[in-house]
Amino acid sequence: MTDTARSAGAAEPIPFMQRILDNPFILLFLGVSIPAVLYLMWGVMEVASIPVAQ
Amino acid sequence: MSASANAEFRTCPETGLKVHLPAEKLIKVNAVTAVIFLAVGGLFGLLVALTRWPAVHLLPADLFYLALTAHGANVLLFWIIFFEMAVLYFASALLLNSRLATPAWGWVGYWLMLVGAVLANIAVLQGDSTVMFTSYVPMKAAPHFYLGLIVFAVGALIGVFVFFATLVVAKDENTYEGSVPLVTFGAITAAVIAVFTIVSGAIILIPTFLWSIGLIGYIDPLVYKVVWWGMGHSSQQINVSAHVAVWYAIAALVLGAKPLSEKVSRVAFLFYILFLQLASAHHLLAEPGMSEGWKVFNTSYAMYLAVLGSMIHGLTVPGSIEAAQREKGYTHGAFEWLRKAPWGNPAFAGMFLSLVMFGFLGGISGVVMGTEQLNLLMHNTLYVPGHFHGTVVAGTTLAFMAVTYLLVPLIFRRGLVLNKMAQWQPYLFAIGVTGISLFMMGAGTLGVARRHWDMTFSDAVVSVSYPAGAFLMMGLNGVFAVLATLGGIFYIVVVVASILYGPKLGDKAAPKPAPAAAPRPAAIASYGSAGTLKLPGTAILVTVFFVAFVLYYYVNWKYLAALWPMR
Ligand code: HEM
Ligand SMILES: [Cu+2]
Repeated sequence: MTDTARSAGAAEPIPFMQRILDNPFILLFLGVSIPAVLYLMWGVMEVASIPVAQ
Repeated sequence: MSASANAEFRTCPETGLKVHLPAEKLIKVNAVTAVIFLAVGGLFGLLVALTRWPAVHLLPADLFYLALTAHGANVLLFWIIFFEMAVLYFASALLLNSRLATPAWGWVGYWLMLVGAVLANIAVLQGDSTVMFTSYVPMKAAPHFYLGLIVFAVGALIGVFVFFATLVVAKDENTYEGSVPLVTFGAITAAVIAVFTIVSGAIILIPTFLWSIGLIGYIDPLVYKVVWWGMGHSSQQINVSAHVAVWYAIAALVLGAKPLSEKVSRVAFLFYILFLQLASAHHLLAEPGMSEGWKVFNTSYAMYLAVLGSMIHGLTVPGSIEAAQREKGYTHGAFEWLRKAPWGNPAFAGMFLSLVMFGFLGGISGVVMGTEQLNLLMHNTLYVPGHFHGTVVAGTTLAFMAVTYLLVPLIFRRGLVLNKMAQWQPYLFAIGVTGISLFMMGAGTLGVARRHWDMTFSDAVVSVSYPAGAFLMMGLNGVFAVLATLGGIFYIVVVVASILYGPKLGDKAAPKPAPAAAPRPAAIASYGSAGTLKLPGTAILVTVFFVAFVLYYYVNWKYLAALWPMR
């Protein structure tokens, strides 16, 4: 079903999600920046904010 | 394209795909190198398991820890990542009918990886780098241990860039239409995660190297753990993405199976890209320095979305096989499609075992252990290696072994020899790995520590006693380790013998009943869904999985409640 839909629908605009999925560099950006912020940076900031023993 | 460029291609007689010869050569050399590191690392694994077998207790303490370090590095890093390079080149140049972007850089990457891996091995074998593959500071290894890992990682990063560049080349030169095939999409997922993995590794290993040669005074142990696990955990997610891609590839090559829904499978991979790496935090659940918020966000909310991705693949891979088999007429009852599947074909058998075991052994235990409260039950016990031998050995390693049985005829152009041995290999290895995985988990549940030479802690001030069952499990673990090793040796013997002495296939297709044939080329290298959801067998399998999952999950909460009785 998809095959025919694809060849017949050449003139249709390509759906937004498909454009993201078809672009490896958007995926690369998402896949690196999300964990860099939510895991690495957030994590390192938590360690940095542990008070130093007197 | 010029004539000289065309001379660099051959046409595959089995799949009709255009094969770029320089890409093929890189695939071969990376795959062979991978297998050599598996052989080395696997033997160290056997030594470790024989030492942890109380009645054998093979190695003295210092050699035990050395062997454990060598085992972890050789199998987890070198075997897996060399093989993944082969998968990346295969999924880009070959499946896209394209040339590999810059074979020369592919070779630079390969040599750096090889030099790095050898250097790290030398450091470990010299005996002054017994720091386990995690190399937590302030334990200090010899500088060339870290240097080896860094050089290896740089090489791997170059390989990943060659992969991305090949995607660009294929698009520019219009070697395919529309979206890339699903297997390539899985490889893109693996490559994306690889970039984050390697960057994290560089951020932490370069300073650690400088510290080992005295240029930096201090590395904070907790920062080290946070960043190191950005690499250590994410690298496992490269494996998951790659072996899921391999499952789809084998199903397509052996049975002509098409994904049930391209969209759904791709979104499942997208979940990996977005969320899987955050779960790195599950390695730090027991760290007092990290906040609840950080732990819970990264390991619950985010990780469950990634797990959802795996569950989707766990549904659609068997589903696509069922759909393909039913189309061939195996429609009786819920399971004729499965009974009449090509169980004698080691590629199929290995792939299906990998799928089932990854889910039941690795997947369920991973979610249990990744739950903050439950993690306390088994943190740093043998449960942990029990779990990840279910993921990275039963899942990734077995899947990679399985696909090798297709690569030998397709890429090396040799028929398989020792067919009986090849047929038994996936079963033998699977039985062995199931044993080591379950018995290590069992011993861990009873409290046996991981990474410990002396399970009785005989020289400890406060004595520790285990139930007799713990000793029994460690013995059984040793027995099954021997079986797993035999399975590993079978694999290596079959592969090496076939590459060296297998009948040359030339430009003929492989003889049909041989476990090599690739009848439906289109499915692996094209876009398209199976377009059916009437799959009673898969529905039953998935239900069984969920019931097992839920029961086991609650059993563990029950254990936890028993530790801290609520009154
Ligand atoms: C013949 C097959 C294998 C056997 C018998 C085996 C056995 C073992 C045993 C007994 C341990 C030690 C647990 C402990 O004391 O903490 C271990 C650790 C480990 N194994 Fe395996 N293993 C095998 C294959 C593999 C493969 C193929 C991989 C990866 C692809 C792997 C990855 C690891 C890792 C990462 C560790 C942890 C090392 C550490 O704690 O530093 N193993 N293995
Ligand atoms: Cu992890």
